[in-house]
Amino acid sequence: MAKKGTKTKTTAPLAPELAQKLLYQMLLIRRFEEKAAEMYTKTKIRGFLHLYIGEEAVAVGVMQALRPQDNVLGTYREHGHALVRGLEPNVIMAEMYGRQEGYCRGRGGSMHLFDAKRKFFGGNAIVAGHLALAVGLALADKKMQRNQLTCCFFGEGAMAEGAFHEAMNLAALWQVPVLFVCENNLYAMGTALRYTHAQTDLTLKGAAYGITAAAVDGMDLQAVMEAANTAAATVRKTGKPYFLVCNTYRFRAHSMFDAELYRDKAEVEEWKQRDPIPAFSNTLLQQQLLAEADLQALEARVNEEVQQAIDFAESCSWEPVEEMSRFTYSEKKT
Amino acid sequence: MLEYRMPSLGADMESGFLREWHVKPGDKIKKGDIIAEVETQKGIIDIEVFDDGTIGELLVQVDEKVPVGTLMAMIIPPGEDGEIKETPQKSAAPATTPTAAEEAWIATEPPPMAEKAAAAEHHVRASPLAKRIAEEKGIDIATIHGTGPEGAIIREDVEHAITARVAPVPEAPKEAAPAPPPASPPAPVAAEKPAPPAQAPAAPAEEEKARQATGASAETIRMAVAAAMSKSNREIPHYYLETRIDMRRAMAWLAETNKQRPVKERLLPAVLLLKAVAKALNEVPDLNAWWENGLQRKPAINIGYVVALRTGGIMVPAIHDADNKSLDELMQTLNDLIPRARALRLRSSELADSTITVTSLGEGGVETVFGVIYPPQVALVGFGGITDQPWTENGMLDVRPVLTATLAADHRATDGSTGSRFLTAIKNYLQQPEKL
Amino acid sequence: MATSLITYRECLKQAIREALQGDERVFLMGEDVGHYGGAFAVSKGLLQEFGPERIMDTPLSEAGFTGAGIGAALGGMRPIVEIMTINFSLLALDQIANNAATLLHMSGGQLNVPLVIRMSAGIGRQLAAQHSHSWEPLFAHLPGLRVLSVGTHEDARYMLAPALLDPDPVIIFEYTSMLNLEQELQPVEGGVDISKAKIRREGKDISIITYGTGVYKALEAAAELAAAGIEAEVVDLRVLRPLDDETILASVTKTSRAIIVEDASRSVSVSSEVSARITENCFYDLDAPVQRLCGAEVPIPYPKHLEDAAVPQPAQIVSAIKKLLQHA
Repeated sequence: MAKKGTKTKTTAPLAPELAQKLLYQMLLIRRFEEKAAEMYTKTKIRGFLHLYIGEEAVAVGVMQALRPQDNVLGTYREHGHALVRGLEPNVIMAEMYGRQEGYCRGRGGSMHLFDAKRKFFGGNAIVAGHLALAVGLALADKKMQRNQLTCCFFGEGAMAEGAFHEAMNLAALWQVPVLFVCENNLYAMGTALRYTHAQTDLTLKGAAYGITAAAVDGMDLQAVMEAANTAAATVRKTGKPYFLVCNTYRFRAHSMFDAELYRDKAEVEEWKQRDPIPAFSNTLLQQQLLAEADLQALEARVNEEVQQAIDFAESCSWEPVEEMSRFTYSEKKT
Repeated sequence: MLEYRMPSLGADMESGFLREWHVKPGDKIKKGDIIAEVETQKGIIDIEVFDDGTIGELLVQVDEKVPVGTLMAMIIPPGEDGEIKETPQKSAAPATTPTAAEEAWIATEPPPMAEKAAAAEHHVRASPLAKRIAEEKGIDIATIHGTGPEGAIIREDVEHAITARVAPVPEAPKEAAPAPPPASPPAPVAAEKPAPPAQAPAAPAEEEKARQATGASAETIRMAVAAAMSKSNREIPHYYLETRIDMRRAMAWLAETNKQRPVKERLLPAVLLLKAVAKALNEVPDLNAWWENGLQRKPAINIGYVVALRTGGIMVPAIHDADNKSLDELMQTLNDLIPRARALRLRSSELADSTITVTSLGEGGVETVFGVIYPPQVALVGFGGITDQPWTENGMLDVRPVLTATLAADHRATDGSTGSRFLTAIKNYLQQPEKL
Repeated sequence: MATSLITYRECLKQAIREALQGDERVFLMGEDVGHYGGAFAVSKGLLQEFGPERIMDTPLSEAGFTGAGIGAALGGMRPIVEIMTINFSLLALDQIANNAATLLHMSGGQLNVPLVIRMSAGIGRQLAAQHSHSWEPLFAHLPGLRVLSVGTHEDARYMLAPALLDPDPVIIFEYTSMLNLEQELQPVEGGVDISKAKIRREGKDISIITYGTGVYKALEAAAELAAAGIEAEVVDLRVLRPLDDETILASVTKTSRAIIVEDASRSVSVSSEVSARITENCFYDLDAPVQRLCGAEVPIPYPKHLEDAAVPQPAQIVSAIKKLLQHA
């Protein structure tokens, strides 16, 4: 059942507007996170800060296959997913600054971005803890006969958790519409795949539960798009779960405080040669879907938006301490 | 081996100075013996022992400051080896050893008392509620004896103490005679010149000195009286009975008896009255009782006798086992109690044990006394003065020394017929003084 | 109103049945709730009545189906998740503590989780250390949860409905040792108040504060104490989080004494918390130290005599109170 392999070449040209939008999304993630790292060093952002840089093609490629009514669940490395889902950069940055104008009143920070309006369910920081939630959300959709899917992102580290296996089994057993997206960046924090999984062909773990599984080169945006479109369409059509493994790589450390003792610099450099952003923009330039000037304009627009996000976050306020207990329990009874 | 610890005589007593040991190792002691004198902010207090036995070891030196709860002496119970084998550990076991099962569940294993006392030198073992009530009522609880867990003072103790430390204030006399001034000296009823008590009552100056030494202000005593009497009037439905008693035979017998005695051993009429009350209580035991969740008859007849303080206020020491005391013993007891009451040097048991109260206001010229019972007792006997009055007997008019006796009794506990039997019994006993 | 004898089990079942009938969004899921009829026969017959969509057997995946319950609640359903026994609840504790309890606050008020989790708890059936836990305090420790303990037939019958109306996650502890107990049941219109403790017997001398299996034990002890002239008040906490301070403190202020009774072991327990609150708030109304009768601090052993000895029994409640009041 597993479709093995990592296709790297896709040639079908995209519509110019879509192409530019996708490039813009990847650039926004990249520049937004670079700025976040800077602000972290300036102590504007605290706690853990997990950067998605290098993996942008996965979020952008999968998310374009989703509809507004679909549910999305992410991990603690979710800034990119939030941005692509349409959460406002200003409000995300305010949340990362811990300000009350953030999505969660500043209470969640970098790891806990939630936006109920956009059906973005986190920002989940217990590895694999959100997979069962995804199954439950899909179960509710199925029971209520809503034709929508739940897309759940997680890393390959989560697949060693019991919760992953319970969730996969339940999803298959109950036949619920979940698109499981494994972002295999080869390291669970600092421990390489080969040290954490006896079976390193991850698609087999989905197949073992009778779930259709596929793998794709996560550095190739168009490949991810194609795989995600297929996956989403399958889920919508069958109402059953689907397991998509995106092989990718994070260029930055696991979190800010990480000496990266576990991998060679050469390895990182090698992966950077496959950076999805220049790869995609070069393709667009070659296909003349994009001019050099357009690229510069895009860069300028992204930089401006990121700066605006910083300016906004800087101008935001702290939630008063007296409000701290609010929402421990609901204020309105049903 | 029994332990003797520094008693807490009140919630605000933290410690006392041991001034004198009355015993030494090897001395035989009986329950109630005074074994030491301790000086507190209230003055010197005689410390009594609560067990029979032999003094094993004295663990505190004279003039040492002793926090409440400190181990002071070891007592060898009767029948045990008199040899002192070991000095007890400071961490003494709690009073009752819980079973293993209880131990598993009961959380509050008390820290060793001695350690606790040392650690909290300024602490009195009393429940927070007991302390609060005492403070609110303006009650000085320094002499309160705790009956709660581990001897702590609890609410009930404070409430008892409020009533135990003061006697009821007699209400307005029946006749228009002026009320006795607060400072009027209490005196036993006397129709003739009484022989002076063997031991002269303390002079006002001495009493004042004692009061200063003890720190008991007129105001705190007043507040205590106020609290007890308010409680009584609030809670006790009183009924009142009165009878007039011909005292001719009693006074004649007394005069004859005293004529044969040295001055020091002469009897006062008061002892006849007290003895008559005691014997009448044997016949009507329902009046020798406390009202606590119903009528609780008391096995011993302990008559509280009102002693007015010269500078205001009253003390009511108990005459223990009055029915078993001879007239001579009663006289000795009065001679002992009255001056000690005025010096505020009563024992805690003398303050707490009364089962009925007798108040005698004859000295002030009052004929009839209607008293207020002090809770939890159920009766109070009031005697007026003995005055010559017209009296008829067998149709003949005569002048006799007459005493008016009243009973104030708790209608929850008894009815008028009971009270009537009681007053009649007193009257009858006083017609046969030689049998008292 | 008519009354009749009814078992605790039947009360639980009627409550679930009523909930399923009353709200299409409600469904029951858990291990063996369907074809088996419930590990303790609480849901027997419900599969036949309501079908597999509403009575869902789950695999042995406590984390998985509890998390799915949370997700379904986020998705608009009103799931009743049954964790067969409290002993297995730790497998789901990550979901309960990290997701159910946190989502509303962590999302700044955006995502509430209207979920009910039922589990049977307690000791009494000689099931030994791994199947006799009284872990109510563990759950009562977690902000964001409402934690209920079913100590009476009334609550067994009428607690579920208000729990399902609560917008936030509610944990309900039921007690296997009580399932066959028969009692009279008075109808309660509109369910019971799951924010308040309940005075089960009035008294003036001491407050026995308890929950779960302690309630009937305390009532038994109170009846015996009454014969000795001691009027004990029995306070059924019912809601272990958030605690109903008002009722607890009013009772202790009235009686001046308190003893807290629970099966859970003493250290860091519900009684620890209640005791602390009493002392913090009613210190000057206390006439005696607050007492606690708790479970022994041991893994629960198998033999009956040791099992009985490991938790407070009515006789111990009686003797502890007599000791406190009469200073014997």
